[in-house]
Amino acid sequence: MVELTDVTKYYGRKRALGPVSFEIERGNTVGFLGLNGVGKTTLLKILACGLRPSSGTVTVDGFDVLREPHEVRKRVGYLPELPPVYGDMPVSDYLAFVGQLKGMSRERVAKRVPEVEEYARISEVRDMPTRHLSQGYRQRVGVAQAIIHEPELLILDEPTHDLDPVQIMEMRGMIRRLKDSHTILISSHILPEISETCDRLLILNDGVIIASGTEAELGEKLLMSRHMAVTVRAGGDGAGAPRDVIAAVAGVTGVERAGDTERSSGDADATTYHVEGEADLRAAVCRALIEAGHDVLTLRRAERELERVFVGLVGGARA
Amino acid sequence: MRTGATGIIFRREFQAYVRSPMGYIVAAVVLLLDGLLFYSTALGPDAGELLSGEVLRVFFYFASGLTSIAAVALSVRLIAEERQTGTQLLLDTSPIRDWEIVLGKFLSALAFLSVITVATLYIPLLILVNGKIAVGHILIGYLGLILLGGAVLSIGVFATALTRHQLVAVAVAAVITGVMFLLWQLSQIVGSPLSRVFAALAIHGRHFNGFMAGLLHLRDVVYYVALTYFFLLAATRVMEAKRWE
Repeated sequence: MVELTDVTKYYGRKRALGPVSFEIERGNTVGFLGLNGVGKTTLLKILACGLRPSSGTVTVDGFDVLREPHEVRKRVGYLPELPPVYGDMPVSDYLAFVGQLKGMSRERVAKRVPEVEEYARISEVRDMPTRHLSQGYRQRVGVAQAIIHEPELLILDEPTHDLDPVQIMEMRGMIRRLKDSHTILISSHILPEISETCDRLLILNDGVIIASGTEAELGEKLLMSRHMAVTVRAGGDGAGAPRDVIAAVAGVTGVERAGDTERSSGDADATTYHVEGEADLRAAVCRALIEAGHDVLTLRRAERELERVFVGLVGGARA
Repeated sequence: MRTGATGIIFRREFQAYVRSPMGYIVAAVVLLLDGLLFYSTALGPDAGELLSGEVLRVFFYFASGLTSIAAVALSVRLIAEERQTGTQLLLDTSPIRDWEIVLGKFLSALAFLSVITVATLYIPLLILVNGKIAVGHILIGYLGLILLGGAVLSIGVFATALTRHQLVAVAVAAVITGVMFLLWQLSQIVGSPLSRVFAALAIHGRHFNGFMAGLLHLRDVVYYVALTYFFLLAATRVMEAKRWE
């Protein structure tokens, strides 16, 4: 669906991107992960035909972005970081305008606008000028304009930018629904957004891709050890200290008691430990604690696994 | 039925003028000043004894200045605002050409400017009712105003394509337009052959005098159309170049 070969982009003499090469299969959802300013937006703009690369070739569905940009544009829906809405236009008028810009007939636009309004759940604000909308609604209008012409490839640049937690959950839900019918590229520096919605990750740093794969693959590559968090209610006098029991499990390389802020399990007797091991030791740790007479209240892989991968990659690349 | 991209852009931009206070402010100021200047030159206590044709000529003279100022004010938001608000990305990633964007925006501004200009028609009609002037003189004068307004609009579109800052665009458009006005005055000072070159290039003076007097010269029409074409082409080239930045 998407193929990039040795793509670079220079702003004056400054290299913003590349050389970058990768392929994306039809139907995949791929996340571009990186800190701000590493070239994610530049890359997505090139793919959306909003910016020309300095060198290299980019094809979308077999069409070259330089030789046949209009064919590419017809096949791409693009949501920039800030939704490109005209403040003076009511939502329905705006979507009709975008539909016509994308080459749709008036009849098709008239049929399609209510459909995308319903899909993006913006029907109730269809007559409001976009400048009166909240950021959440504005972002949904942004998604609606990106899908109005039923593109095969959907490019979402920081789709949860400036949204509150509820709006972020709604946006993730919308992206999950879009996955069924689109190839999707998402950029973000917010890690859970990427890990929860994407099949594959490409990690960018200083304009180049420094790693790619699924979350698990990246974890395997970068983390020699595994992290988990276990919340324990200590057993009777006969049981050894939970920390000692965990440390005695074969393969455990470190045990740390969590800080006060992480101890809010609602149980005053409970204690959370961060455990580091050479493999996935959840079963062994659980068994050892129970056999020693302790209660295991929660046991999970550390939530910030991907952050560790990300920081490890970026840190390693910068070292 | 698929609507042409120029038409889509034209409708959107014309509606933006109608929806925004900016369009009404420009229209109100132009109409107010046109009315006041007409009163002071033709009806007020200081008005001298003038023939009807001369009154109309003077009206077209000051209307040309106001139309030029209005053209700068209406044009500078056209592309700079798109860049400022991020909507330019929507246009850049849609299957339309840069010249269609430029032309659609220019035509919308020209249509709105024409509406404002035609709204001053009551002034020539007052002269027509109370004096002796030819309808042709009125029509040619208005054609001149619209051609001049179009040329200044095209300068504004070029200026607004250069930058995302509307104030910078205003300054660039005002400087280019001002220089093109001043060329006529300069042509009166410098010697030949520069005087002939300046007079031929000046946006006012030789090329607008005929319209003010009700005389239609093909040469003047071609000049304004060519000037408009030149700046619209330059604006299109700037837009294309920006895609490489």
